[in-house]
Amino acid sequence: MGFRWDIFWGALASVAYLKGALITVALTVSAHALAILLATPLALVLTRDRGPAVLAVKLYVGVFRGIPTLLQLLFIWNALPQFIPALQAPWFTPFLAALLALTFNEAAYQTEINRAALRSLDPGQRAAGLALGLTPTQVFVHVIVPQALRVAIPPTANEFINLLKVTSLASVISLRELLTVTNQAVASSFRFVEYYGAALVYYLVIVGVLTYFQTRLERRLAWSTHAPDAAMRDELAVAIPDSLSHRS
Amino acid sequence: MSAPIIRMRGVCKYHGRFAALTDIDLTVAAGEHVVICGPSGSGKSTLIRCINRLEEHDAGRIFVDEVELNADTRNIAAVRSEVGMVFQQFNLFPHLPILDNCTLALRLVRGLAPEAARELALGYLRRVQIANQAEKYPPELSGGQQQRAAIARSLCMRPKIMLFDEPTSALDPESIAEVLDVMADLARDGMTMICVTHEMAFARRIADRIIFMDHGRIVEAAPPQQFFSAPRSLRAKLFLSRLLRYEGSGAPGTAQTAPQAVATTAQFNLGDGSDG
Repeated sequence: MGFRWDIFWGALASVAYLKGALITVALTVSAHALAILLATPLALVLTRDRGPAVLAVKLYVGVFRGIPTLLQLLFIWNALPQFIPALQAPWFTPFLAALLALTFNEAAYQTEINRAALRSLDPGQRAAGLALGLTPTQVFVHVIVPQALRVAIPPTANEFINLLKVTSLASVISLRELLTVTNQAVASSFRFVEYYGAALVYYLVIVGVLTYFQTRLERRLAWSTHAPDAAMRDELAVAIPDSLSHRS
Repeated sequence: MSAPIIRMRGVCKYHGRFAALTDIDLTVAAGEHVVICGPSGSGKSTLIRCINRLEEHDAGRIFVDEVELNADTRNIAAVRSEVGMVFQQFNLFPHLPILDNCTLALRLVRGLAPEAARELALGYLRRVQIANQAEKYPPELSGGQQQRAAIARSLCMRPKIMLFDEPTSALDPESIAEVLDVMADLARDGMTMICVTHEMAFARRIADRIIFMDHGRIVEAAPPQQFFSAPRSLRAKLFLSRLLRYEGSGAPGTAQTAPQAVATTAQFNLGDGSDG
Protein backbone atom coordinates (compact mmCIF):
# COMPACT_ATOMS: atom_id res chain seq x y z
CA MET A 1 0.00 0.00 0.00
CA GLY A 2 2.05 2.97 -1.31
CA PHE A 3 1.50 6.63 -0.67
CA ARG A 4 -1.51 7.75 -2.66
CA TRP A 5 -0.78 11.32 -3.72
CA ASP A 6 -4.26 11.74 -5.15
CA ILE A 7 -5.84 11.04 -1.74
CA PHE A 8 -3.35 13.39 -0.04
CA TRP A 9 -3.99 16.23 -2.51
CA GLY A 10 -7.71 15.51 -2.41
CA ALA A 11 -7.75 15.83 1.38
CA LEU A 12 -5.67 19.02 1.29
CA ALA A 13 -8.05 20.63 -1.20
CA SER A 14 -11.25 19.28 0.34
CA VAL A 15 -13.95 21.59 1.66
CA ALA A 16 -14.16 19.48 4.84
CA TYR A 17 -10.46 20.04 5.68
CA LEU A 18 -10.67 23.73 4.87
CA LYS A 19 -13.75 24.16 7.06
CA GLY A 20 -12.10 22.16 9.84
CA ALA A 21 -9.01 24.35 9.63
CA LEU A 22 -11.14 27.51 9.66
CA ILE A 23 -12.96 26.32 12.79
CA THR A 24 -9.60 25.53 14.41
CA VAL A 25 -8.24 28.98 13.58
CA ALA A 26 -11.45 30.78 14.58
CA LEU A 27 -11.55 28.95 17.91
CA THR A 28 -7.87 29.62 18.63
CA VAL A 29 -7.97 33.29 17.68
CA SER A 30 -11.19 34.08 19.54
CA ALA A 31 -10.28 32.09 22.66
CA HIS A 32 -6.85 33.66 22.83
CA ALA A 33 -8.16 37.18 22.22
CA LEU A 34 -10.75 36.81 24.97
CA ALA A 35 -8.15 35.23 27.25
CA ILE A 36 -5.80 38.19 26.79
CA LEU A 37 -8.64 40.64 27.50
CA LEU A 38 -9.51 38.73 30.66
CA ALA A 39 -5.91 38.23 31.74
CA THR A 40 -4.87 41.89 31.60
CA PRO A 41 -7.02 43.15 34.52
CA LEU A 42 -6.26 39.93 36.42
CA ALA A 43 -2.53 40.52 35.98
CA LEU A 44 -2.95 44.12 37.16
CA VAL A 45 -4.59 42.79 40.31
CA LEU A 46 -1.60 40.50 40.86
CA THR A 47 0.84 43.42 40.67
CA ARG A 48 -0.63 44.59 43.99
CA ASP A 49 0.90 43.13 47.09
CA ARG A 50 -2.05 41.65 48.94
CA GLY A 51 -5.79 41.76 49.42
CA PRO A 52 -8.80 39.52 48.77
CA ALA A 53 -8.70 40.28 45.03
CA VAL A 54 -5.13 38.94 44.82
CA LEU A 55 -6.18 35.74 46.57
CA ALA A 56 -9.17 35.33 44.25
CA VAL A 57 -7.01 35.68 41.13
CA LYS A 58 -4.41 33.28 42.51
CA LEU A 59 -7.17 30.76 43.24
CA TYR A 60 -8.52 31.13 39.69
CA VAL A 61 -5.10 30.67 38.11
CA GLY A 62 -4.35 27.72 40.39
CA VAL A 63 -7.61 25.91 39.57
CA PHE A 64 -7.57 26.45 35.82
CA ARG A 65 -3.91 25.62 35.41
CA GLY A 66 -4.29 22.61 37.67
CA ILE A 67 -7.13 20.81 35.89
CA PRO A 68 -6.49 19.03 32.56
CA THR A 69 -7.87 21.00 29.62
CA LEU A 70 -9.72 17.90 28.41
CA LEU A 71 -11.58 17.69 31.73
CA GLN A 72 -12.49 21.40 31.51
CA LEU A 73 -13.92 20.84 28.02
CA LEU A 74 -15.93 17.82 29.12
CA PHE A 75 -17.10 19.60 32.25
CA ILE A 76 -18.40 22.65 30.42
CA TRP A 77 -20.02 20.63 27.64
CA ASN A 78 -21.54 17.85 29.73
CA ALA A 79 -21.79 18.94 33.36
CA LEU A 80 -22.46 22.66 33.16
CA PRO A 81 -25.86 22.33 31.39
CA GLN A 82 -27.00 20.17 34.33
CA PHE A 83 -26.44 23.14 36.69
CA ILE A 84 -27.65 25.77 34.26
CA PRO A 85 -30.67 24.48 32.32
CA ALA A 86 -30.49 27.48 29.98
CA LEU A 87 -27.39 25.89 28.47
CA GLN A 88 -29.42 22.92 27.26
CA ALA A 89 -30.79 25.15 24.49
CA PRO A 90 -29.55 24.61 20.93
CA TRP A 91 -27.55 27.86 20.92
CA PHE A 92 -25.07 26.26 23.31
CA THR A 93 -23.05 24.67 20.51
CA PRO A 94 -19.85 22.64 20.83
CA PHE A 95 -18.01 25.68 19.44
CA LEU A 96 -19.34 27.91 22.22
CA ALA A 97 -18.56 25.31 24.88
CA ALA A 98 -15.04 24.90 23.55
CA LEU A 99 -14.61 28.67 23.35
CA LEU A 100 -15.69 29.04 26.97
CA ALA A 101 -13.43 26.26 28.24
CA LEU A 102 -10.36 27.29 26.27
CA THR A 103 -10.79 30.99 27.12
CA PHE A 104 -10.87 30.36 30.87
CA ASN A 105 -8.05 27.86 30.60
CA GLU A 106 -5.86 30.10 28.48
CA ALA A 107 -6.58 33.21 30.58
CA ALA A 108 -5.01 31.45 33.57
CA TYR A 109 -1.72 31.00 31.69
CA GLN A 110 -1.90 34.41 30.04
CA THR A 111 -2.41 36.08 33.43
CA GLU A 112 0.98 34.77 34.51
CA ILE A 113 2.61 35.97 31.28
CA ASN A 114 1.09 39.45 31.60
CA ARG A 115 2.01 39.65 35.28
CA ALA A 116 5.61 38.77 34.52
CA ALA A 117 5.69 41.33 31.70
CA LEU A 118 4.31 44.08 33.93
CA ARG A 119 6.72 43.16 36.71
CA SER A 120 9.69 43.26 34.37
CA LEU A 121 9.40 47.03 33.96
CA ASP A 122 11.48 49.40 36.06
CA PRO A 123 9.20 51.24 38.53
CA GLY A 124 11.07 54.37 37.42
CA GLN A 125 9.12 54.27 34.14
CA ARG A 126 5.84 54.84 35.96
CA ALA A 127 7.43 57.47 38.20
CA ALA A 128 8.77 59.34 35.17
CA GLY A 129 5.37 59.29 33.47
CA LEU A 130 3.58 60.55 36.58
CA ALA A 131 6.23 63.21 37.21
CA LEU A 132 5.61 64.54 33.68
CA GLY A 133 1.95 65.02 34.64
CA LEU A 134 0.44 62.02 32.85
CA THR A 135 -2.57 60.45 34.56
CA PRO A 136 -2.15 56.86 35.82
CA THR A 137 -4.28 55.67 32.87
CA GLN A 138 -2.13 57.58 30.37
CA VAL A 139 1.00 56.12 31.96
CA PHE A 140 -0.46 52.63 31.60
CA VAL A 141 -1.49 53.06 27.96
CA HIS A 142 1.48 55.05 26.64
CA VAL A 143 4.37 53.93 28.84
CA ILE A 144 3.65 50.58 30.49
CA VAL A 145 1.72 48.60 27.86
CA PRO A 146 4.08 49.23 24.91
CA GLN A 147 7.04 48.06 26.98
CA ALA A 148 5.26 45.11 28.58
CA LEU A 149 4.11 44.03 25.12
CA ARG A 150 7.65 43.40 23.98
CA VAL A 151 8.32 41.14 26.94
CA ALA A 152 4.99 39.33 26.56
CA ILE A 153 5.08 38.61 22.82
CA PRO A 154 7.38 35.56 22.64
CA PRO A 155 5.62 33.59 25.44
CA THR A 156 2.24 34.73 24.09
CA ALA A 157 3.09 33.37 20.65
CA ASN A 158 4.08 30.11 22.34
CA GLU A 159 0.70 30.03 24.03
CA PHE A 160 -1.06 30.67 20.73
CA ILE A 161 0.70 27.75 19.07
CA ASN A 162 -0.04 25.54 22.03
CA LEU A 163 -3.69 26.61 22.02
CA LEU A 164 -3.95 25.90 18.30
CA LYS A 165 -3.02 22.28 18.97
CA VAL A 166 -5.11 22.04 22.13
CA THR A 167 -8.23 22.88 20.07
CA SER A 168 -7.95 19.33 18.71
CA LEU A 169 -9.16 18.16 22.12
CA ALA A 170 -12.52 19.66 21.20
CA SER A 171 -13.04 16.64 18.94
CA VAL A 172 -14.31 14.86 22.09
CA ILE A 173 -17.26 17.23 22.29
CA SER A 174 -17.98 16.68 18.59
CA LEU A 175 -16.71 20.00 17.35
CA ARG A 176 -15.86 19.55 13.68
CA GLU A 177 -12.43 21.10 13.84
CA LEU A 178 -9.42 19.94 11.79
CA LEU A 179 -8.53 16.78 13.73
CA THR A 180 -12.16 15.60 13.93
CA VAL A 181 -12.42 15.89 10.17
CA THR A 182 -9.13 13.99 9.78
CA ASN A 183 -10.22 11.17 12.08
CA GLN A 184 -13.48 10.76 10.22
CA ALA A 185 -11.68 10.56 6.91
CA VAL A 186 -9.27 7.99 8.30
CA ALA A 187 -12.03 5.90 9.90
CA SER A 188 -13.83 5.41 6.60
CA SER A 189 -10.71 4.70 4.46
CA PHE A 190 -7.85 3.53 6.71
CA ARG A 191 -5.55 5.81 4.63
CA PHE A 192 -3.66 6.99 7.76
CA VAL A 193 -0.59 8.50 6.14
CA GLU A 194 -2.40 10.55 3.50
CA TYR A 195 -5.06 12.05 5.79
CA TYR A 196 -2.75 12.60 8.77
CA GLY A 197 -0.19 14.09 6.38
CA ALA A 198 -2.73 16.57 5.03
CA ALA A 199 -3.70 17.64 8.59
CA LEU A 200 -0.02 18.02 9.46
CA VAL A 201 0.47 20.37 6.50
CA TYR A 202 -2.47 22.51 7.63
CA TYR A 203 -1.13 22.85 11.19
CA LEU A 204 2.38 23.68 9.98
CA VAL A 205 1.11 26.31 7.55
CA ILE A 206 -1.01 28.00 10.23
CA VAL A 207 1.92 28.07 12.70
CA GLY A 208 4.23 29.28 9.93
CA VAL A 209 1.97 32.22 9.13
CA LEU A 210 1.77 33.11 12.81
CA THR A 211 5.55 32.93 13.22
CA TYR A 212 5.96 35.28 10.27
CA PHE A 213 3.74 37.88 11.90
CA GLN A 214 5.45 37.37 15.27
CA THR A 215 8.85 38.08 13.71
CA ARG A 216 7.53 41.21 12.00
CA LEU A 217 5.97 42.45 15.24
CA GLU A 218 9.15 41.82 17.22
CA ARG A 219 11.15 43.72 14.63
CA ARG A 220 8.78 46.66 14.96
CA LEU A 221 9.34 46.60 18.71
CA ALA A 222 13.12 46.54 18.41
CA TRP A 223 13.30 50.15 19.70
CA SER A 224 16.29 50.87 17.57
CA THR A 225 16.94 52.97 14.51
CA HIS A 226 18.81 49.93 13.15
CA ALA A 227 16.67 46.87 12.49
CA PRO A 228 18.56 43.68 13.53
CA ASP A 229 18.94 42.55 9.91
CA ALA A 230 20.26 45.98 8.91
CA ALA A 231 22.88 45.77 11.66
CA MET A 232 23.83 42.32 10.37
CA ARG A 233 24.26 43.70 6.84
CA ASP A 234 26.50 46.48 8.16
CA GLU A 235 28.68 43.91 9.87
CA LEU A 236 28.95 41.85 6.70
CA ALA A 237 29.75 44.95 4.66
CA VAL A 238 32.67 45.62 6.96
CA ALA A 239 33.77 42.00 7.15
CA ILE A 240 33.74 41.14 3.46
CA PRO A 241 36.17 43.74 2.03
CA ASP A 242 38.41 42.97 4.96
CA SER A 243 38.60 39.28 4.14
CA LEU A 244 39.16 40.09 0.45
CA SER A 245 42.09 42.33 1.26
CA HIS A 246 43.69 39.49 3.22
CA ARG A 247 43.51 37.26 0.18
CA SER A 248 45.03 39.74 -2.24
CA MET B 1 14.80 86.34 48.20
CA SER B 2 11.34 86.30 46.64
CA ALA B 3 8.17 84.63 47.92
CA PRO B 4 8.26 80.97 48.97
CA ILE B 5 7.27 78.52 46.23
CA ILE B 6 7.58 75.34 48.32
CA ARG B 7 6.52 75.07 51.93
CA MET B 8 6.82 71.85 53.92
CA ARG B 9 5.57 71.88 57.51
CA GLY B 10 6.09 68.99 59.93
CA VAL B 11 6.20 66.45 57.09
CA CYS B 12 6.54 62.81 58.14
CA LYS B 13 6.72 59.72 55.98
CA TYR B 14 6.76 56.10 57.11
CA HIS B 15 7.62 52.93 55.24
CA GLY B 16 5.82 50.50 57.53
CA ARG B 17 7.31 51.25 60.94
CA PHE B 18 10.45 52.83 59.50
CA ALA B 19 10.40 56.61 59.69
CA ALA B 20 11.72 57.75 56.31
CA LEU B 21 11.07 61.43 57.06
CA THR B 22 10.54 63.03 60.46
CA ASP B 23 9.27 66.58 61.05
CA ILE B 24 10.59 68.11 57.87
CA ASP B 25 10.24 71.89 57.80
CA LEU B 26 11.51 73.38 54.59
CA THR B 27 10.72 76.56 52.73
CA VAL B 28 12.17 77.17 49.29
CA ALA B 29 11.98 80.59 47.66
CA ALA B 30 11.24 81.06 43.96
CA GLY B 31 14.54 81.05 42.11
CA GLU B 32 16.42 79.47 44.98
CA HIS B 33 18.91 76.62 44.42
CA VAL B 34 18.92 74.09 47.21
CA VAL B 35 21.30 71.14 47.37
CA ILE B 36 20.41 68.24 49.62
CA CYS B 37 23.16 65.91 50.75
CA GLY B 38 23.58 63.25 53.36
CA PRO B 39 24.41 59.58 53.76
CA SER B 40 22.44 56.99 51.78
CA GLY B 41 19.13 56.10 53.37
CA SER B 42 18.88 59.50 55.04
CA GLY B 43 15.63 60.37 53.24
CA LYS B 44 16.94 62.77 50.59
CA SER B 45 15.15 61.12 47.67
CA THR B 46 12.01 60.55 49.71
CA LEU B 47 11.91 64.23 50.56
CA ILE B 48 12.01 65.46 46.99
CA ARG B 49 9.64 62.71 45.82
CA CYS B 50 7.10 64.12 48.30
CA ILE B 51 7.23 67.47 46.51
CA ASN B 52 5.59 66.01 43.37
CA ARG B 53 3.78 63.32 45.34
CA LEU B 54 5.58 60.34 43.88
CA GLU B 55 5.59 59.56 47.62
CA GLU B 56 2.61 60.42 49.79
CA HIS B 57 3.48 62.05 53.09
CA ASP B 58 1.77 60.63 56.16
CA ALA B 59 1.71 63.76 58.31
CA GLY B 60 2.32 67.46 57.95
CA ARG B 61 1.45 69.73 55.04
CA ILE B 62 3.12 70.52 51.73
CA PHE B 63 2.29 73.52 49.56
CA VAL B 64 3.74 73.96 46.11
CA ASP B 65 3.05 77.38 44.59
CA GLU B 66 0.10 77.80 46.99
CA VAL B 67 -1.46 74.45 46.01
CA GLU B 68 -1.67 71.95 48.84
CA LEU B 69 -0.65 68.38 48.08
CA ASN B 70 -3.38 66.12 49.40
CA ALA B 71 -5.60 63.35 48.11
CA ASP B 72 -7.24 65.73 45.62
CA THR B 73 -6.06 64.45 42.25
CA ARG B 74 -6.63 67.88 40.64
CA ASN B 75 -4.13 69.38 43.06
CA ILE B 76 -1.65 66.61 42.34
CA ALA B 77 -2.05 67.16 38.59
CA ALA B 78 -1.62 70.93 39.03
CA VAL B 79 1.58 70.49 41.03
CA ARG B 80 3.07 67.85 38.73
CA SER B 81 2.52 70.06 35.71
CA GLU B 82 4.68 72.74 37.36
CA VAL B 83 7.38 70.51 38.80
CA GLY B 84 9.93 68.73 36.62
CA MET B 85 11.94 65.78 37.87
CA VAL B 86 15.21 64.23 36.75
CA PHE B 87 16.10 60.75 37.98
CA GLN B 88 19.34 58.95 38.72
CA GLN B 89 18.58 56.27 36.12
CA PHE B 90 17.27 58.85 33.57
CA ASN B 91 14.01 56.89 33.18
CA LEU B 92 13.63 57.78 29.54
CA PHE B 93 10.97 55.73 27.80
CA PRO B 94 13.02 53.15 25.86
CA HIS B 95 10.24 52.42 23.36
CA LEU B 96 10.11 56.01 22.11
CA PRO B 97 12.71 58.01 20.16
CA ILE B 98 14.20 60.95 22.10
CA LEU B 99 11.92 63.44 20.36
CA ASP B 100 8.79 61.44 21.24
CA ASN B 101 10.02 61.13 24.83
CA CYS B 102 9.89 64.92 24.91
CA THR B 103 6.59 65.40 23.07
CA LEU B 104 4.54 62.70 24.85
CA ALA B 105 3.50 64.86 27.81
CA LEU B 106 3.22 67.97 25.65
CA ARG B 107 0.59 66.23 23.57
CA LEU B 108 -1.19 64.29 26.33
CA VAL B 109 -1.04 66.82 29.17
CA ARG B 110 -0.70 70.19 27.44
CA GLY B 111 -2.79 69.19 24.44
CA LEU B 112 -0.31 70.57 21.92
CA ALA B 113 -0.60 69.66 18.25
CA PRO B 114 2.16 67.27 17.10
CA GLU B 115 3.92 69.92 15.02
CA ALA B 116 3.94 72.51 17.82
CA ALA B 117 5.12 69.89 20.33
CA ARG B 118 7.91 68.89 17.96
CA GLU B 119 9.14 72.45 17.53
CA LEU B 120 9.13 73.08 21.27
CA ALA B 121 10.92 69.82 22.02
CA LEU B 122 13.58 70.41 19.36
CA GLY B 123 14.23 73.82 20.91
CA TYR B 124 15.01 72.27 24.28
CA LEU B 125 17.02 69.44 22.72
CA ARG B 126 19.13 72.09 20.99
CA ARG B 127 19.58 73.84 24.30
CA VAL B 128 21.06 70.68 25.84
CA GLN B 129 22.97 70.09 22.59
CA ILE B 130 21.51 66.79 21.48
CA ALA B 131 19.07 67.93 18.79
CA ASN B 132 21.04 65.74 16.35
CA GLN B 133 20.07 62.67 18.42
CA ALA B 134 16.32 63.41 18.32
CA GLU B 135 15.40 60.44 16.11
CA LYS B 136 17.42 57.88 18.07
CA TYR B 137 16.15 55.61 20.79
CA PRO B 138 17.40 56.16 24.37
CA PRO B 139 19.65 53.07 24.57
CA GLU B 140 21.54 54.31 21.50
CA LEU B 141 22.76 57.38 23.41
CA SER B 142 25.55 57.70 25.96
CA GLY B 143 24.63 58.11 29.61
CA GLY B 144 25.35 61.82 29.59
CA GLN B 145 23.27 62.32 26.45
CA GLN B 146 20.41 60.34 27.97
CA GLN B 147 20.41 62.44 31.11
CA ARG B 148 20.49 65.64 29.08
CA ALA B 149 17.55 64.29 27.06
CA ALA B 150 15.72 63.62 30.33
CA ILE B 151 16.37 67.19 31.44
CA ALA B 152 15.08 68.50 28.09
CA ARG B 153 12.00 66.29 28.46
CA SER B 154 11.25 67.92 31.81
CA LEU B 155 11.98 71.44 30.57
CA CYS B 156 9.52 71.02 27.70
CA MET B 157 6.72 71.22 30.25
CA ARG B 158 8.07 74.66 31.28
CA PRO B 159 8.19 73.81 34.98
CA LYS B 160 8.61 76.43 37.68
CA ILE B 161 10.59 74.01 39.82
CA MET B 162 13.10 71.31 38.88
CA LEU B 163 13.87 68.40 41.17
CA PHE B 164 17.07 66.44 40.59
CA ASP B 165 17.44 63.06 42.28
CA GLU B 166 21.16 62.21 42.12
CA PRO B 167 21.24 63.07 38.40
CA THR B 168 24.92 62.24 37.93
CA SER B 169 25.35 59.20 40.19
CA ALA B 170 25.02 56.74 37.32
CA LEU B 171 27.45 58.56 35.00
CA ASP B 172 31.13 58.49 34.13
CA PRO B 173 33.20 61.59 34.94
CA GLU B 174 33.00 63.12 31.47
CA SER B 175 29.24 62.70 31.29
CA ILE B 176 28.94 64.13 34.80
CA ALA B 177 30.52 67.35 33.56
CA GLU B 178 28.13 67.51 30.57
CA VAL B 179 25.11 67.18 32.82
CA LEU B 180 26.37 69.54 35.51
CA ASP B 181 27.04 72.17 32.81
CA VAL B 182 23.41 71.96 31.73
CA MET B 183 22.24 72.22 35.33
CA ALA B 184 24.50 75.19 36.08
CA ASP B 185 23.14 76.87 32.97
CA LEU B 186 19.61 76.29 34.24
CA ALA B 187 20.53 77.72 37.64
CA ARG B 188 21.94 80.85 36.01
CA ASP B 189 18.59 81.34 34.26
CA GLY B 190 16.91 81.53 37.63
CA MET B 191 15.15 78.15 37.73
CA THR B 192 14.05 77.06 41.19
CA MET B 193 16.08 73.89 41.79
CA ILE B 194 16.33 71.24 44.45
CA CYS B 195 19.17 68.82 43.81
CA VAL B 196 20.05 65.70 45.69
CA THR B 197 23.68 65.24 44.78
CA HIS B 198 27.10 64.23 46.03
CA GLU B 199 28.84 66.63 43.65
CA MET B 200 30.13 68.97 46.33
CA ALA B 201 32.05 71.17 43.91
CA PHE B 202 28.84 71.75 42.00
CA ALA B 203 26.94 72.39 45.22
CA ARG B 204 29.50 74.94 46.34
CA ARG B 205 29.16 76.78 43.08
CA ILE B 206 25.41 76.91 42.43
CA ALA B 207 23.70 76.32 45.77
CA ASP B 208 22.18 79.13 47.78
CA ARG B 209 21.69 76.70 50.60
CA ILE B 210 22.95 73.22 51.49
CA ILE B 211 20.67 70.93 53.43
CA PHE B 212 22.25 68.05 55.27
CA MET B 213 20.00 65.12 56.17
CA ASP B 214 20.49 62.10 58.39
CA HIS B 215 17.98 59.47 59.55
CA GLY B 216 15.06 61.24 57.89
CA ARG B 217 15.68 64.59 59.55
CA ILE B 218 17.16 67.87 58.37
CA VAL B 219 20.24 68.13 60.56
CA GLU B 220 21.71 71.27 59.16
CA ALA B 221 20.86 73.97 56.62
CA ALA B 222 23.40 76.61 55.74
CA PRO B 223 24.89 78.57 52.85
CA PRO B 224 27.61 76.50 51.14
CA GLN B 225 30.49 78.63 52.37
CA GLN B 226 29.44 78.11 55.97
CA PHE B 227 28.49 74.45 55.53
CA PHE B 228 31.77 73.41 53.95
CA SER B 229 34.08 75.50 56.13
CA ALA B 230 32.34 75.16 59.47
CA PRO B 231 29.63 72.49 59.64
CA ARG B 232 27.88 72.75 62.99
CA SER B 233 26.88 69.14 63.53
CA LEU B 234 29.28 66.34 64.24
CA ARG B 235 27.44 64.11 61.76
CA ALA B 236 27.94 66.60 58.93
CA LYS B 237 31.62 66.96 59.81
CA LEU B 238 32.05 63.21 59.64
CA PHE B 239 30.11 63.01 56.36
CA LEU B 240 32.17 65.76 54.74
CA SER B 241 35.47 64.37 55.92
CA ARG B 242 34.61 61.02 54.36
CA LEU B 243 33.26 62.56 51.16
CA LEU B 244 36.25 64.85 50.71
CA ARG B 245 38.90 62.39 51.88
CA TYR B 246 40.11 61.73 48.35
CA GLU B 247 39.47 65.23 47.09
CA GLY B 248 42.73 66.75 48.29
CA SER B 249 41.31 68.90 51.05
CA GLY B 250 41.73 68.39 54.74
CA ALA B 251 38.95 67.57 57.13
CA PRO B 252 36.24 70.21 57.19
CA GLY B 253 36.63 72.72 59.93
CA THR B 254 40.32 72.99 59.22
CA ALA B 255 41.57 75.68 56.92
CA GLN B 256 39.67 75.15 53.67
CA THR B 257 41.68 75.04 50.49
CA ALA B 258 40.66 76.64 47.24
CA PRO B 259 37.42 75.41 45.67
CA GLN B 260 39.41 73.61 42.99
CA ALA B 261 40.51 71.18 45.67
CA VAL B 262 37.07 69.64 45.78
CA ALA B 263 36.48 69.65 42.05
CA THR B 264 35.49 66.17 41.07
CA THR B 265 35.57 66.63 37.34
CA ALA B 266 38.14 68.11 35.08
CA GLN B 267 35.68 69.80 32.76
CA PHE B 268 33.46 71.37 35.36
CA ASN B 269 35.64 74.40 35.82
CA LEU B 270 35.33 76.21 39.12
CA GLY B 271 38.13 78.65 38.61
CA ASP B 272 36.38 81.40 36.69
CA GLY B 273 34.84 82.94 39.79
CA SER B 274 32.60 85.11 37.66
CA ASP B 275 29.48 84.37 39.63
CA GLY B 276 31.09 83.74 43.00
